[in-house]
Amino acid sequence: MAVIRARGLTKRYGERTVVDGIDLDVQRGECFGLLGPNGAGKTTTLRMLLGLTLPTAGELEVLGHPVSTAARAMRTRVGVVPQVDALDPEFSVRENLETWASYFGLDGVVAGRVNELLDFAGLAGRADAPVVDLSGGMKRRLMLARALINDPDLVVLDEPTTGLDPQARQHIWRRLRQLRADGVTLILTTHYMEEAERLCDRLSIIDGGRVVADGVPRELVEARIEPFVVELRGPAGRCWGRETGVSLAERSEDAGDTLLLYARDERPLLEALSGRRDVDYHDRRANLEDVFLQLTGHELRD
Amino acid sequence: MARPQRFLPEISLRFVPVWRRNLRVWRKLLLPSILGNFGEPVLYLFIFGYGFGRLVGQVERMPYMDFLASGIACSSVMFTASFEALYSAFTRMHEQQTWTTMLNAPLNVDDIVLGEVAWAATKGALSGAAILLVAAVAGLVAGPAALWVLPLSLLIGFCFGAIAMIVTAVSPSYDFFLYYFTLALTPMLLLSGVFFPLRELPDAIATVAFLLPLAHAVALVRPLMTGTVTHGLVLHVVVITGYAAVALVVATRLLRRRLAS
Repeated sequence: MAVIRARGLTKRYGERTVVDGIDLDVQRGECFGLLGPNGAGKTTTLRMLLGLTLPTAGELEVLGHPVSTAARAMRTRVGVVPQVDALDPEFSVRENLETWASYFGLDGVVAGRVNELLDFAGLAGRADAPVVDLSGGMKRRLMLARALINDPDLVVLDEPTTGLDPQARQHIWRRLRQLRADGVTLILTTHYMEEAERLCDRLSIIDGGRVVADGVPRELVEARIEPFVVELRGPAGRCWGRETGVSLAERSEDAGDTLLLYARDERPLLEALSGRRDVDYHDRRANLEDVFLQLTGHELRD
Repeated sequence: MARPQRFLPEISLRFVPVWRRNLRVWRKLLLPSILGNFGEPVLYLFIFGYGFGRLVGQVERMPYMDFLASGIACSSVMFTASFEALYSAFTRMHEQQTWTTMLNAPLNVDDIVLGEVAWAATKGALSGAAILLVAAVAGLVAGPAALWVLPLSLLIGFCFGAIAMIVTAVSPSYDFFLYYFTLALTPMLLLSGVFFPLRELPDAIATVAFLLPLAHAVALVRPLMTGTVTHGLVLHVVVITGYAAVALVVATRLLRRRLAS
């Protein structure tokens, strides 16, 4: 059964079209990624999914509820981790969870659930600490725990690990994988391509309010990008690349101070480079970031 | 697919958790908050009432302090409810993003507005109760009929809370509230029979004053506290309720647009 089904989802503000006819199908139990540069329409799409802003056109069902008429019923089954940590600063960790539970009409019956979530978030020892004393990573974990208070079928995460240190990100990733293993459907936006590759079963890349590619991350990379990439940096590297490198690669791309060479076979390139100590280069496998940049370009968006 | 939203606020008991959240926060800051409820209005009542009372003697056949106590009770409800729905509500809306976060739960803008206005009304009623208590202890209250002031304070607080919520809904920053104080609340305070009987003003001005809710609040509360006869009870209640209802609708519609466009 589709947890999210959108057809021709569109949002216009006056003359400006922010979301331009997006189709989405998210299946139960999968982790779905929504990727795109700033201003691509990701957050607006999430807001429409949650019934926080009305679509200008299109059809949208979440958890079987038509969002236009049953957003409140739908949100009782959804957990949301917004982009910013909007915790109640006057309250302790536990009080934040209890207050959030009250918004779902779950007062009184949640003591057990609150303790469970404190463990899940690794905050059992900090239950009575004021949230203003928590680190950035702890606040994020608490936000995730709070979003689970109603034992949701679907969790929506808007850039869940932005600004976190590697340990905190790893912790969030483990928790998200655990949720998915428990059958919870996840939809997330992120700017970190390796996060999307690690977590998402499927994803859509959107730009200018349209879906420009969608599918399984590994398959997207294989279908669109040669498997090997050599990055050539600095004037010497770029110069070598333009004069010699391009003839040994299938494709090249100029990204400012770096020249990227894409090859089906990397050996000729690496052999040619082996004697060149003056050239600064890095060879790697093609990844989702290459797909992303190929589709959305290298220009800054904001 | 864009569905026209219903015109009137959707009244649901979901506003209660919003109200209770604010109550929880208030309980943490109990002492300074209660001190604020008593402090300033009590100073006004006793110092202004004493000094001025000696000058004017009797007003409307009662000691000036008795006359003033009911006026201070009403203005205190008005200011307390207004402050809550202006500064505190704006902080929750704008600085702390409390409202936008609540919208991720099964709450909608209508629940939040009703919960916030109900909370402003509660705080208004608490300050009304504080003044009533002080006035009773000081022997300025005629009899138990004055207990009706408690539910009335809730209504008056709801009215001013809802009006202030309109201001909050259109406010870009805290500075904007100053317009509301200077252009609405202060003139209303001076023109509603709080400090002196409205009859002392020219007819035209007194008529304008009776278009505003505070004059009706004072006209209701004063007889209850001083044991005199109420005139036009139904009219006063209808005007205050009317202001409250219209303001709630307007504030809800403005905030729907601000928070969920």
